Amino acid sequence: MFSFYNYVLCCLFMLFFSSSLYISMYCFLPDFKLSNAYNINLTCTKAASIISSRSMDFPSTQFVPSRTMGTYEPIHQIGMWGENFKSIDSPNISPSMIVDVANKLENESETTSHELLAPSGKYDQDASKPLDKIQRRLAQNREAARKSRLRKKTYVQQLENSRLKLIQLEQELERARQQQGLYAGGALEVGHLGISGAVNTGIAAFEMGYERWMEEQNKLICELRSALNAQTSDIELRILVESGMSHYLELFRMKSGVAKADVFYVMSGTWKTSAERFFSWIGGFRPSELLKVLVPQIDPLTDHQILEVCNLKQSCQQAEDALSQGMEKLQETVSATLASGQMGQGTYLPQVAIAMEKLEALVNFVNQADHLRKETLQQMSYILTTRQAARGLLALGEYIQRLQALSTVWANRPREPA
Amino acid sequence: MDKVMRLASERGVVLFSKSSCCLCYAVKILFQELGVTPTIHEIDQDPEGREMERALMRLGCNTPVPAVFIEGKLVGSTNEVMSLHLGGGLIPLVKPYQTLC
Repeated sequence: MFSFYNYVLCCLFMLFFSSSLYISMYCFLPDFKLSNAYNINLTCTKAASIISSRSMDFPSTQFVPSRTMGTYEPIHQIGMWGENFKSIDSPNISPSMIVDVANKLENESETTSHELLAPSGKYDQDASKPLDKIQRRLAQNREAARKSRLRKKTYVQQLENSRLKLIQLEQELERARQQQGLYAGGALEVGHLGISGAVNTGIAAFEMGYERWMEEQNKLICELRSALNAQTSDIELRILVESGMSHYLELFRMKSGVAKADVFYVMSGTWKTSAERFFSWIGGFRPSELLKVLVPQIDPLTDHQILEVCNLKQSCQQAEDALSQGMEKLQETVSATLASGQMGQGTYLPQVAIAMEKLEALVNFVNQADHLRKETLQQMSYILTTRQAARGLLALGEYIQRLQALSTVWANRPREPA
Repeated sequence: MDKVMRLASERGVVLFSKSSCCLCYAVKILFQELGVTPTIHEIDQDPEGREMERALMRLGCNTPVPAVFIEGKLVGSTNEVMSLHLGGGLIPLVKPYQTLC
């Protein structure tokens, strides 16, 4: 499937690497404005209706008003993006994101578009051009777009691989440097050892994966939103719910991988926004918190459902308490181990070694916490109907989006001068 | 192996644990919250501890501790106990042994 992430990259890539190509290709078709194709300032539903009604009948095509150009672009120019919307029942584009991309590209393609803008009066002449010429032009568009996308894809992939390699090399260099001036008085300065190259590569890979996950997540949220607003059948909703659930499972898989590499990284929640971290419980959201957010959004519930949700809430809380107390015990144990023996001599290797063993249990706790989160989601999906589950997933997704917005607003708040 | 089997088939809720294991501690707390007092065997304090550990692994536990048996049947480790509880299946199993309502 063509993800929204690739779509955005495609737009940018198309502009920066193909604008010259298009200018030369279309110097004799002055009405075609590459930049206008980006001026898609529509809502999700509008985009869907326009795209699905895209037709080859030139004179009767609909038009999208272009904000900056003051001209109208024929809808068939969207045919260039044909592959993106092959099987579209509900559009998978976030309206705000389209506007953002459109705005960005509008600003950056000002000069290009103005060059093409000049002979806009010739637009009316197209009505008399033969249909096959137009179709040929469209096919050429599509072909060029496809090639651009492929080039972009390989380019991005190469970049990501190089980045991973670079991080690995940097870490090895750092390690080699530090090994020179490390040992002093028989005591190992554990704090300065740094992380091995493999760990950092694992973290880098996770961070990139998470970025993609988040984009996919936002796309899914948008799909859910439109599906629930439209009169979508339960069957289609079920597909969306299944995607949403397996998307979360994917995240838990990724976290499990990086927890093995560096459990403290998962505990710190560095990859998340500050407000999300504020609510963090053993490396993620609290299952009971999740239920608190979800349940009011999925009213009305049957009596039977209310009972089941109540039981789930209770058992969730009990499991959470048990894990929390287990974590406290772990902290006590590690602390007691480190503090054991006489202090003041500057030697502590044995204490550190024993504490290391104890600390390994942390990975188990993080895995258990994730397991609890997973189970809570799955139990809810058993209790709820498809429509309720869709509303629940949407609510959960939006809640996280609100947390992220809070983080951004907080970071940008006006501060008093020092 | 025999010792483990014998202990596991005792009536009620049996928990194999290690005194140093914090995840085992979490499971103990969970039972406490449910009003259940399991029979706890700390295998790190048992002279046959190593043997018991191996026996538990052979019975199908990924980690030897914590291992929960109810009515002689293996329920599993922390994962299984949590899943069972969230699914509503744990309370019916321990109901006969609950001392608090």
